[in-house]
Amino acid sequence: MTVTHGSGLRPGRHGSPSGSGGAASGGGGARSGAGRSRTTGPGSTAATLGRVLALGLIVGVALWAAAPLVSAGNRLGVGIVAVVTAAALYVYLSPRRLPAKYLLPTTLLLLAFQVFPVLYTMSLALTNVGDGHLGTKQEAIAAIEASSVRREAGSAEYRLTVAEQGGALVFLLADPARRRAYAGTADGLREIGGATFGPGGRVTAADGYTVLTPAQAAARGEEIGSLSVPVDGGAIRAQGLTRAYEGRATLAYDADCDCVKGGNRVWRADDEHGRFTAPDGGALPQGWKVGVGWANLTAAVTNPKINTHFLGVFAWNLFYAVAVVGLTAALGVAAALVLHHPRMRGVRIYRTLIVLPYAMPAFAMLLVWRDMFNTDFGLVNRLLGLDVDWLGTPLTARASVLLVQLWLGFPYMFLVATGALQTIPAEYLEAAQVDGASAWQRFRTITLPLLLLALAPLLVSSFAFNFNNFNGVFLVTAGGPFPSDNPTVGATDLLITYTFRLAFGQQGAQYGLASAISIYVYLIVAVISVAGFRRTRAFKEVR
Amino acid sequence: MRRSFVALTACLTLTACGGGTAGGETSGDASPAGQAASSATLTIWADQMRSATLKPFAEAFAKENGIKAEVVVVAQNQQQTFVTASQAGKGPDVLVGAHDWIGNLVQNGLIEPIQMTEDRLSGYVDVARKAVTYDGQVYGVPYAVENLALYRNTDLAPEAPKTFDDLVATGRELKEQGKVKEIVGYPVSQQNGQSGDTYHLYPLYTSGGGHLFGTKPNGDPDPADLGVGTPASVAAFEKIAALGEKGAGALKRSFTSDNSAAMFAEGKTAFLVSGPWRLADVRTAGVKYDVTPVPPFKGGGPARSFVGVQAFFVASKGRNKALAQEFVTNTLASDEVAKALFDAEPRMPALRTALEYAAAKDPDVAKFEAAAKDGVPLPAIPQMVAVWQPFNALIHSVVKGDPVEPAVKAAGKAIAEQLGQAG
Repeated sequence: MTVTHGSGLRPGRHGSPSGSGGAASGGGGARSGAGRSRTTGPGSTAATLGRVLALGLIVGVALWAAAPLVSAGNRLGVGIVAVVTAAALYVYLSPRRLPAKYLLPTTLLLLAFQVFPVLYTMSLALTNVGDGHLGTKQEAIAAIEASSVRREAGSAEYRLTVAEQGGALVFLLADPARRRAYAGTADGLREIGGATFGPGGRVTAADGYTVLTPAQAAARGEEIGSLSVPVDGGAIRAQGLTRAYEGRATLAYDADCDCVKGGNRVWRADDEHGRFTAPDGGALPQGWKVGVGWANLTAAVTNPKINTHFLGVFAWNLFYAVAVVGLTAALGVAAALVLHHPRMRGVRIYRTLIVLPYAMPAFAMLLVWRDMFNTDFGLVNRLLGLDVDWLGTPLTARASVLLVQLWLGFPYMFLVATGALQTIPAEYLEAAQVDGASAWQRFRTITLPLLLLALAPLLVSSFAFNFNNFNGVFLVTAGGPFPSDNPTVGATDLLITYTFRLAFGQQGAQYGLASAISIYVYLIVAVISVAGFRRTRAFKEVR
Repeated sequence: MRRSFVALTACLTLTACGGGTAGGETSGDASPAGQAASSATLTIWADQMRSATLKPFAEAFAKENGIKAEVVVVAQNQQQTFVTASQAGKGPDVLVGAHDWIGNLVQNGLIEPIQMTEDRLSGYVDVARKAVTYDGQVYGVPYAVENLALYRNTDLAPEAPKTFDDLVATGRELKEQGKVKEIVGYPVSQQNGQSGDTYHLYPLYTSGGGHLFGTKPNGDPDPADLGVGTPASVAAFEKIAALGEKGAGALKRSFTSDNSAAMFAEGKTAFLVSGPWRLADVRTAGVKYDVTPVPPFKGGGPARSFVGVQAFFVASKGRNKALAQEFVTNTLASDEVAKALFDAEPRMPALRTALEYAAAKDPDVAKFEAAAKDGVPLPAIPQMVAVWQPFNALIHSVVKGDPVEPAVKAAGKAIAEQLGQAG
C-alpha cells in the first residue's frame, strides 16, 4: 500500500487522508477556476478564446500521447487515449453537464492514482514475479542459452571484420598467428585469398566482400549477435565488432520435450513455478513469471514465520499507531491551547518554532534523530551526560521511535487544533464561566468535544498512516534491536517493516509475496479505519 | 459563460492527467524499433565519479564508430534501477557496477558473458578475475579492487601490530594514558547504527575460524554448505565477544564507518579498519598514517577481508549489444581507461599494468594490494541476500554481550530457513 501514499498531497508524517489526496487536488483546481470566472463578463472574447485553446490542448495532448502508442502497436493504450479524449470532448463541448465537468477529472485522477495501483498490486499478488522471475519464458530461455556459451579452452581468438556479400552478413576472420583469412557465414567457414591485413591483424579488404563501416556494422548489431559460424565441435561467434571466438552452447532448449538439455542433464519446464528443474531438484537460476493463483495470499497466512510472530508484531504495531496519534494529538492540542490564551505574548514566534519540524523534510530529520541516539557519539547522551543504549534495548528503542514520531507529528495536530480553536465561539466559554464552571470543566465539556469534532477524522487518517509508517521505523531503528535468539523480528518492527524484510530478504525481491502481504495490511488498516470513522459519527451525535 | 471557465481549468487538469495516464501506461514499451535504425546510441550507466572519467572515452569511441554515446549518471540504487529499467526495455547498453551484483543480474538474465582469452584474463589480478567469474563464465570486465586494511596513526603507534590482540593491547595502553578515546575505530555497525556490519567484521570472523559458505568445485560459494551455526563459527564469535562491550571494550555497536573514520582523523583513536575510500579523508586530516593488512587473532587463521571488484557489464537487453561488447572488451578494458580511472579516484586497479602504474604513483596502493592477499571476493550468489540481515543482527547481539552460542545458532537457523524456503 505504500504506492498509494505517494499520491498524498504532502508525502509526510501526519497522514493526510491518503485516500483522497490525488482526487482532492484535481477538484481544488476546478473550484478555484470557478471562483475566478465570476469576475469575467459572459460571452467575452477572452472566454471563447480560452475555450478554444483548452479544447485544442485536449486534442493536442491526445495526439501527442497516441503517436508513440500507435507506432508501438499498443492497441490498449490507443483505446484508453481515445476513450478519455472522447469523454473529455463530450463533457466539455456542451454548456450543460455541469456535474460531469467536475467529476471527470477527479474520476480520472482517482482511476490513475488510486484504482490502478491497487488493481496492479492485486494482479501482482497472483503471480510469482520477483528476482529470477521477471520476464517471459522466451526471455528466460534466451538468457539460459546465451549465458551457457563457453569459449573453447585454449582456442584461438580471431580478429573480426564485419562485411557483407550480396546483402548477407559475413564475418571476415583473421587468425593473427597464422596470417590467414577466412570468411564465415551460417553455412560454415572457408579460407579466402587476396585479403589485405590492417594494423592489429584485421582484414581491411577482401575480394568480393564489402567491408562495413563501424556505424553500418553497429546498425546490424542484432544480426551480428545472432550469427554463429559452425565449425567442428562448436561455432564462431562475434565478441563485439572486432573480435570473434570459438565457443559452444552448453545448454540448449528443446521445444519437443519443453526442456533444457546440457551435457547429460535435463531440466524440464515447470510451468507452475516458472522455472526449469532437474530430476534431482536443482533448478536453473533463470526463471519466468507465471500466475500462481492464490498461492502468495495463502502463503502469507500459512507461512510459519509470519504466523508465529504476527500477534507480537501486530500488538506493538497497534500500540505504536495509537500512541503516536494520541501523543501527537495531546501535545498538539496542548500547545494550541497555550498559544490560544488571550494573555499569551509572542504567539507568532512560538507558532513558527512549533511548525518548524513540520516544515523540514521528514526523511532527513529521521536520520538526524537516529544519529542523535547513538550511545557514544549521539547528541542526546552527550547533552544529558547519559550512557543510555537508546536504540539497543527494546524498551528504549520503542520509546525512541515514539519520541521521534511525536516530534515530527505534533506540529500538524497543533496547526489543525489552532484552526479549530478559532472556530469555537467565545460566548460558549463565557456563558459557562458565568455559570461558575471551572477552567477544567470548561475545557472538558465545551472545548474538547468541539475540538474533537474537527480532529476526529484526522485522527483516524493519521492512525492509518502511522500504522504503515515504514520510514518512521525503518530509518530510525531498521526494526531493531533484534533479540539474539531470533534475528528476524525486531522490537520496533511494524508489520510493514517486518514483511518488507521477509519479501525482499530471502533470495532477492519477491514482489508477488510482497503484494500479497500489502493486501492484508491494507485490509487491516481498512477495517480499523472504518471502525474509527463510525466512532467519529458517534461524536457528532453527542453534539 | 461561467461554465466555460470551469471547463477551461478542468480541462487543464484533465489534459495533464490524460497525458500522465497514457504516458505511464506505455513508457515501458514505447520505442524499441524506432530508435535503433536511425542512429545507434550507446548508453552507459555509471555513478557520478566514473561517468566523468568515462565520458571522453565514450565520446572518442562514438566518434570512431560513427555513433552516439551517452553516459548517464545513476547516483543511487543502481542495481535495482538497472533491473527494473532493463526489464521494461529502458535499460542501458553498458553498466558500471560492483561484482556482487552478478548473481542477481544473471538470475534475471540481464547481463551477457564476456569472452576473453586466457591471455587477456591473466592480465588481471587473481582476485578480480575470480570475482567476475560466476558459474564458470566471466560476466564483467573488472577495473578496480577494494578491500579493507588497517590504518595506523604512526605518531601514536609506531609499530604495526602483528596480531589483533597486540592491537587491542596497544590501543588500551594509549587509552589508559589518555592519548586516545577509543581502542580502535572498527565499524561494527552499518551506517544506520542499527545492524551489524558483516562486511567490516568478516576479517575477524574468518581469523577466528568462521566462514559463510563453502566452495563449489567451480569456485563459486556453495549455499548448501552454510558455515554459520557450526562450532567453528561459535568459536569465532566467542573471540569477537571477548573484544565486545562486555569484554575488552574495543568493539562497540556505536561505531559506524563514518564516526570511526572521524575519530581516526581527529586522533581520538590510533587504529582504523577501513578501505581505500577513506584515504582522501585521512590525508586531508593530516594524520601521519600507515596502511597494513588487518591483523589476525593470535594463533588464528588469516584475517580475510571481503574484496569488492568494480566492473563493466554488458546488458543483455541493451539495443546495441555488439557495440557494447566492443566498447567493454576493447575500449574499457584498456590500460588507458584503467589509469584514467585511477587518476580520478585512488582505487587499486584490477589490470596488472595499471596496477604497476598506480603503485609507482601512490605507495598506499601497494599496501592495499598486500592487504588483499588473503582476501576473498564478496560472494556474488543471490543467496547472499539471505545472509546479510541475520548475520548483521548476530554481530550486534555478540558485540552487545549476549550469550554467543544461542545467538550464532539462531542466526544460522534463520539463514538456513530463508535459503530453504525460496529454494
